[in-house]
Amino acid sequence: MLYLGIAAVSVGGLSVLPFLLGDYGTGLLVGLAGYVTLATAWAMFSGPTRYISLATVAFFGVGAYTVAVLNEVLPYPLVLLCAAGIGATMALLVGLSTLRLAGIYFVIFSFGLAELVRQLITWFEVNVTGTLGRYIFLDLGAREIYWQLLALGVCTIGLAAWIRRSRLGLALRVIGDDETVAAHSGINLARSKLVLFVASATIITLVGAIQAPRWVYVEPSIVFNPTVSFLTVIMALLGGATRLWGPLCGAVPLFLLFEWLSARFPDHFSILLGLLFMAVVYALPNGVLAAIEGLRKPKRNGASKEATA
Amino acid sequence: MILSTLFLGLVLGGTYALLALGLSLQYGIARIMNLAYGEFMLLACFAVFMMFTSWGIGPLWGLLVVVPLGYALGWGIHALMMRPLLKRSGGGGRLEVDTILATFGLLFVVQGLMLVSFGSDFTSYSYLDRGIALLGTTVAANRLIAFVLSLVIGFGLYAVLVRSRWGRALRAVALAPDSAYLVGIDVNRLGRQGFALGGALAAAGGALVSMFQTFSATDGVVFTMKALIVVIMGGVGNILGALIAGLLLGLAETFVAAFIDPGLTLAATYTLFLAVLLWRPTGLFGRAGG
Repeated sequence: MLYLGIAAVSVGGLSVLPFLLGDYGTGLLVGLAGYVTLATAWAMFSGPTRYISLATVAFFGVGAYTVAVLNEVLPYPLVLLCAAGIGATMALLVGLSTLRLAGIYFVIFSFGLAELVRQLITWFEVNVTGTLGRYIFLDLGAREIYWQLLALGVCTIGLAAWIRRSRLGLALRVIGDDETVAAHSGINLARSKLVLFVASATIITLVGAIQAPRWVYVEPSIVFNPTVSFLTVIMALLGGATRLWGPLCGAVPLFLLFEWLSARFPDHFSILLGLLFMAVVYALPNGVLAAIEGLRKPKRNGASKEATA
Repeated sequence: MILSTLFLGLVLGGTYALLALGLSLQYGIARIMNLAYGEFMLLACFAVFMMFTSWGIGPLWGLLVVVPLGYALGWGIHALMMRPLLKRSGGGGRLEVDTILATFGLLFVVQGLMLVSFGSDFTSYSYLDRGIALLGTTVAANRLIAFVLSLVIGFGLYAVLVRSRWGRALRAVALAPDSAYLVGIDVNRLGRQGFALGGALAAAGGALVSMFQTFSATDGVVFTMKALIVVIMGGVGNILGALIAGLLLGLAETFVAAFIDPGLTLAATYTLFLAVLLWRPTGLFGRAGG
């Protein structure tokens, strides 16, 4: 009950923030909420299973593009529903063809997926519809987008928390530790992985769809920017992909840092990103939260040794 | 039309096969999935381009320069970046995830460096761009040279791996890294040599591709992707399999580009990949030592 109370108060506090901050601050909040949701959704699947997905932007971009195509045809809630449906279908197809095999096939498939979807959409737009580039005319300001993302983010963290306590979460942790053991204890490997992958990809698609009105003008090279995949992975890893609050702890400082870096060093941004990414992989293999715990533990062990001696 | 497309496809496929061989060595022998592979290939493209346009050194001489450099770079990266990860993992399944992530970061660093130094424009140079009559059609001389060279390098490597003592040791590491110790093979050293050899092949592939194709600093991902697909189609560690799969992929791509639509080449690549995954995930020719 206490936790629910804290959660309600903090969500309430977060939702009035746009009134206190100016336009620039609200813009930052949109990005923050977006990346926290992306990183949490990514870690929901890739954390416990250790199947590194490099295809975040493939789903994100599909969400954004669906809104760009349908925004004048259907009412907004239906557009979001369509985006989620398309994202889920795509994840189902990708998952069915790769998740039954060893993890490396999934990684490779996801590595080129964004480029494939981008080229396919470009080809379709140029050859069939004849228009490359679309406009989004939706009456949604930064504030409304932020509230939607906040709601989605809260749902995502709630879902992640629920999955961790459920049998499915336990099954995934066993799969991540040892697939053979998991299979022998009667876990349906492919189905467990597939369910989580589809859930995670659907959320990622929705983030893209909700953020789409921020662009106004959309074309494949804008919405399929590989940096999104990259940032999502590094944020989740920095915080710790196996922890519930890890992605959030990684996303907040990194997003602000990237915002500053991309303004200060626009030309060298991707070099700095890559170096930072490697630093995280080498220095904090299990994330900041685990490193902090690791710093505390040795002391405790030392104390207990003294006690026994 | 069909015959000339066939030639174009074989030429492209020859270079894909060479690129895939390098990646296959890095993954098969050194156990490192190198996602920055395409970036190293592009470095060779730019190096050969710079040597040709600023100093007038032909790409064939350039090839002789970039291949040893590729070997050295591969060696250095393995020693500096991969060794700590190898030590940390202690031979567990953790290594795969760690190397994927580390090379994913490296990809952005190298790509960023290339964007800063060469810009994002498409680059090409014209070298031996005249046609040679062959079986009733004409093929550009540079493509023909690239094809012949990639076959020579590919089969030369195959001969070395199958015939020489060093090659046998490398294959032993690829097949059974845990037992190779028992017969006195220094697995770590050979792993590094395998990784460096992969770097040399990436450089060779890059130099050959740059002779007949335009390239840009952001093309790396697509080349890595194609090399990965060829490796899986041929079977990890299977050299002849990679050669054949590379040629098949080159042919499939060229035929799709010529008869359906040039915008769908990556889709064709992925379709092939999907077919292999669904039908024979261990590769068309299985996982073999040869």
